[in-house]
Amino acid sequence: MIPEIGHFALILALALAACQAVLPLLGAHRDDAALMSVARYATFGHFLFVAISFVCLTIAFLSDDFSVLYVANHSQLALPTQYKISAVWSAHEGSLLMWILLLAGWTAAVAQFRSDMPDKLVARVIGVLGLLSIGFLLFALLTSNPFDRLIPAAMDGGDLNPLLQDPGLAIHPPLLYVGYVGFSVAFAFAIAAMLSGDLDENWARWTRPWTVVAWLFLTMGIALGSWWAYYELGWGGWWFWDPVENASFMPWLMGTALIHSLAVTERRGLFKSWTLLLAISTFSLSLLGTFLVRSGIIVSVHAFATDPTRGFFILAFLAVVVIGALALYAWRAPALDSTAGFNAASRETFLLLNNVLLVVATTLVLLGTLAPLIVEMLNGGKISIGPPWFEVAFLIPMIPLVFLMGFGMHTAWRKQNEGVWFKVLKIPAIAAIVIGVVLPLLFYGRVSLMLVVGCTAAVWVVATALVQPYRSWRRKDGAAGITRSALGMSIAHLGMGLFVLGATIVSAFGIESDRAMRIGETLEVADLQFQLRELREVQGPNYTAIEAVVEVRDGAEFIATVRPQKRQYLVQKNWMTEAGIHPTWNKDLFIALGDQLGDGSWSVRIQYKPMIRFLWIGAFVMALGGMVSVSDRRYRKSKK
Amino acid sequence: MNRFLLPLVAVVIMIPIMILGLQSDPSKLPSQYIGKPAPEFSLPTLMDPSKTFSTADLKGQISLVNIWATWCGGCRTEHGFLMELARTNTIPIYAIDWRDKRPEALNFMNQLGNPYVASGFDEDGRVGIDWGAYGAPETFLIDADGIVVYRFTGPLNRALWEQEFVPRIAELQE
Repeated sequence: MIPEIGHFALILALALAACQAVLPLLGAHRDDAALMSVARYATFGHFLFVAISFVCLTIAFLSDDFSVLYVANHSQLALPTQYKISAVWSAHEGSLLMWILLLAGWTAAVAQFRSDMPDKLVARVIGVLGLLSIGFLLFALLTSNPFDRLIPAAMDGGDLNPLLQDPGLAIHPPLLYVGYVGFSVAFAFAIAAMLSGDLDENWARWTRPWTVVAWLFLTMGIALGSWWAYYELGWGGWWFWDPVENASFMPWLMGTALIHSLAVTERRGLFKSWTLLLAISTFSLSLLGTFLVRSGIIVSVHAFATDPTRGFFILAFLAVVVIGALALYAWRAPALDSTAGFNAASRETFLLLNNVLLVVATTLVLLGTLAPLIVEMLNGGKISIGPPWFEVAFLIPMIPLVFLMGFGMHTAWRKQNEGVWFKVLKIPAIAAIVIGVVLPLLFYGRVSLMLVVGCTAAVWVVATALVQPYRSWRRKDGAAGITRSALGMSIAHLGMGLFVLGATIVSAFGIESDRAMRIGETLEVADLQFQLRELREVQGPNYTAIEAVVEVRDGAEFIATVRPQKRQYLVQKNWMTEAGIHPTWNKDLFIALGDQLGDGSWSVRIQYKPMIRFLWIGAFVMALGGMVSVSDRRYRKSKK
Repeated sequence: MNRFLLPLVAVVIMIPIMILGLQSDPSKLPSQYIGKPAPEFSLPTLMDPSKTFSTADLKGQISLVNIWATWCGGCRTEHGFLMELARTNTIPIYAIDWRDKRPEALNFMNQLGNPYVASGFDEDGRVGIDWGAYGAPETFLIDADGIVVYRFTGPLNRALWEQEFVPRIAELQE
């Protein structure tokens, strides 16, 4: 019964989404206040019914209803409760339902927190979001119904993929999706502006917080995904340039460009058509990511199961949305374009450079992701692009971007007084060069060109990001001296600096050592002694594991006991590596247990990862910067 | 041309590529060698560079040739199953370690086990290209005369093995 209620609620949601799409758009076109007022209520109703549907699927999981195909395939009686919940979004059908829920949630949030937006804009934004909801609801109902029954019901389920039985992965997809889906709001604002022909500074002010919130969730989602890959896949790397990772990274890069372009549109009324194009592109890349992940067009570790009907549906939807939006852009954007020029030594220039470099970076990632596909189409030749290509290609736009960041932050709108640059940036520049050379030499005893470039860039960004908050603090007028917007920007850039530092140091000084080890034996890695004390069997709720107890010492000093495991999950029978990690702020000691070798010893992978935490700390500081900047008072004007 | 039209044009060009991409489902790509002898090669083995692994080794028995590399995520995914398969002794598994680095590949074998009878070390990727490798992992089924019978792209697992390989091997054994 519960699954049928869920299914029916989804159908009702579709009906309400249709009302939410058609009536407010018509109302805005005809200037009919009654029709426009439907927007709010249709949105709340739509959200309510999707939520009911989502709850029904969750209940089916919690009550082990194996007469539902999706539950039978992705859960099991002995699965711990928290993973029964996260199993809801562990595969295609359920994660699509979550996508739909989040889209409805974002729309309801726009209807609720409308600030001082005029009714027409609200109606259009909600209407466009309704059109997107219709597409996704049809997709779910026609090709991917999570409530399909399995008759006769299974006695027990096939279990959740053990890789996904992990707290990091339970929350990684929701965060990522909040970000992905959130860019639909920026997209809807862009379409609304083109429909009405009104795009002014206020439009940018209304669009900015929604974009930043989506961006900060995407930032956290990607960071968590990277963290999960680091400790759960047992490879010790943190980014693999896998097509699915790229699928989330491209909207992030484009979204970052969009945030910066919106700043120019709000403050100076420039870059209007460019901002529109970025808003369309960012969301289109989110859709493209969905397409790549769910159509099986590209082989990847975490792609969902292949199904050509689904692939065609998403492709058709993608085509309608993107072609529709770009056709509208070709038609309406010329009228919105600003022809005013600006001075070369101005913040506008730096933000333009930021945009260009980020778009180049996105394009390179996109090319790398699609290259195997395109080359095959052109001449039937088969190529494969691995991480080495991305690592080189991606750094080309990124290195100048990071250096320019420091200048951009301290450049005035309209026209910069060059003398001020020298005064403000003198100390950060000296600090960056000195620390950039000394830091690797002093702590790690080695130096190379890339190391100096990476460390200098990182220190440069950190130092320049701190200048403004430091000065306002010195002036003793505290928070009054710096707006939340500017503080948020400084914090986000600081996060970027920390990230660059972590990435540079861990790439250069990380040590990976694969050895064979017997009980009682001691190995030395990175001047630390690792002793394998014992191996024992451990019983988990739905797995059995072999656990190694490894004691780490630095000479006489005890550092930690690390317990890596090899788990065998009872239903799917596969072996999973559960790495043992001893994290401290400036380094991780990472131990993964391999197989038992013929002579009774065990293969062990020991890794020393200096400053790897800075990657994720940096990403979360960026997200924090986003949060601080959206708390700026000017975004919360209420309607007069 | 109007610059505002450019994005639209770019996307309109991309869409047919995607449609073609959908139709040529990578896991169903036929190999041009199916029904023909496996491409000739001779490679030093991964474990011992002084030994070689060549087309001649594939004659006289039904065998698998798995194209893999340490940089390939799907290869790690399927490795557990290959280990399992190797333990059952149903079929000898040979490998071509494609565009890899030797120390990393040896680490990989140390850490996760070695399911292969022999692994040819194809450092510059020539042999992989001769075999028409689209992207690792790929697994070829070779009959006793060294003829390519079937090609599978993507990570293998038990279900896919039962479905795609077991019936074909049974047919060959008749």
